[in-house]
Amino acid sequence: MKYYQREIECAPRDTLRALQSERLARTVRHVYQNVAYYRDLMDKKGVGPDDIRSVDDLPKLPFLTKDDLRDAYPYGLLAVPLHDCVRIQSTSGTTGRRVVAFYTQDDIDLWEECCARAIAAAGGTKDDVVHVCYGYGLFTGGPGLNGGSHKVGALTLPMSSGNTDRQVQFMCDLGSTILCCTPSYAAYLAETIVGQGRRDEIKLKAGIFGAEAWSEEMRRDIEKKLGIRAYDIYGLTEISGPGVSFECEEQTGMHINEDHFLAEIIDPDTGETLPDGAKGELVFSCISKKAFPLLRYRTRDICVLSRETCSCGRTLIKMSKPMGRSDDMLIIRGVNVFPSQIETVLLGAGFPSNYQIIVDRVNYTDTFEVQVEMTPEMFSDKVKQIATREEDLLASLRAMLGISPKVTLVAPRTIARSEGKAVRVIDRRKI
Amino acid sequence: MAIDQISIFVENSPGRLAEVTQTLGAAGIDLRAMSIADTMDFGILRLIVNEPARALEVLKAAQCVFSVTPVLAVSVADKPGNLARALSALAAEGVSVEYAYAFIARQRGNAYVIFRVEDNERAQAILEKNGIQVVNSDELYAL
Ligand SMILES: [Zn+2]
Repeated sequence: MKYYQREIECAPRDTLRALQSERLARTVRHVYQNVAYYRDLMDKKGVGPDDIRSVDDLPKLPFLTKDDLRDAYPYGLLAVPLHDCVRIQSTSGTTGRRVVAFYTQDDIDLWEECCARAIAAAGGTKDDVVHVCYGYGLFTGGPGLNGGSHKVGALTLPMSSGNTDRQVQFMCDLGSTILCCTPSYAAYLAETIVGQGRRDEIKLKAGIFGAEAWSEEMRRDIEKKLGIRAYDIYGLTEISGPGVSFECEEQTGMHINEDHFLAEIIDPDTGETLPDGAKGELVFSCISKKAFPLLRYRTRDICVLSRETCSCGRTLIKMSKPMGRSDDMLIIRGVNVFPSQIETVLLGAGFPSNYQIIVDRVNYTDTFEVQVEMTPEMFSDKVKQIATREEDLLASLRAMLGISPKVTLVAPRTIARSEGKAVRVIDRRKI
Repeated sequence: MAIDQISIFVENSPGRLAEVTQTLGAAGIDLRAMSIADTMDFGILRLIVNEPARALEVLKAAQCVFSVTPVLAVSVADKPGNLARALSALAAEGVSVEYAYAFIARQRGNAYVIFRVEDNERAQAILEKNGIQVVNSDELYAL
């Protein structure tokens, strides 16, 4: 069973297109009637629900961005009464940067079905043992794959993240066959398993790895070490969570579940829609969801869409791995980090806003350093006093970002400036 | 009778310490005493120099981050056991020493200890009450 919903995944293009058009028109009407925020945007653009009859009309709709999510926080983009919602999921970060998404039971089912398609594409069936070590909780990783595994009917191990020795023990004792986690954690687990000499004790056959960028080289390395096929999966909380798109056995891009999520590529500067095959910013419209159906949401991920037929038999459009961002957001250890958040913390803690973020990847794990220039005000002849200030800063950064950087105090004027403007981010990761 | 100690922020990168001391040396500033406190990622260079005022100008021009802290200097060579006596006298009165470092003046064959405490006047009174000579800045700079 390599498909979970064959009739949709392999539907003739015309059938899929007709379904998309019908769902888009219905969703636009639903949003226009129930979301004042988006209705205003549509009115301002002079477009009404009657103007949207097919997917060809998509470019007529206004965009939504993360700024809109901030402005409308928390209920402004909710399209159903709160009593119809059964769940929220959220991203890390502070108010304004944090995304809170709402789900009806149907929305949860749809999301889990998308994850089930990813698991089936990785060879998952009722006979598998799916080992989920994405975080559970507000983060969509754990709940998404957990739900997908249930839909497939596999035995699900809701491990959550951390406690590597226990992960390996369960994997050996219970014969996990499909591993779901971030690629960096998969690499770490692989090293641990090989290091403990337990490679023969595991029964893994496939892995579904997402929530951060990874290279083809890293894929081959994980595959070799664990003796598995490693599949990519993509998603974002704004749209639903993991499973917006997923890889098939061809491993040449991720099939977008476009019966639920319409994808477009736009020029990030002009907003103009680009043809398939062009590189640009990925934009999604949710056409099946009820509670939080964002339309033309700009992901800021830069990638390419491909309509070429796939050997797996799926007709769903494929997207490349994201090749970069059209904003300054960094994804570090799976967590979204904006340089402006770091600036806010520094200023609040009395440090100058002259800082530099250095991101690298060592042994497949992201390293994250924030360099801050020392000032006379923050200086003291006592080590303890400076160390305390450094610790306070670290605690504030951790609270703001959800992950811990290494804080390094540097001498004034040591942070490189080009054309008088400081270089804020140095990303040495080669992905 | 406190003495001005100059504390300088030094990044924990190779050569930074040499750079700072060379800058002062090039300006003809003599170091009387020096101590380095360092952590995993930064260091504090503490100096007693012969011309503090000019040293500050040099450091300012070099855009270093520094501060001036009044510290106490005690001569411990005159009588053996002076250091231990000084420390226990301060401890007995509840004065905690933030840090201390020693240096030797070659010409005189004397050893001195620099003390960093919160209240210099009180610490000095305690030391003198216990018969320990607190050295003034003129003596130290002239070494
Ligand atoms: Zn395929």
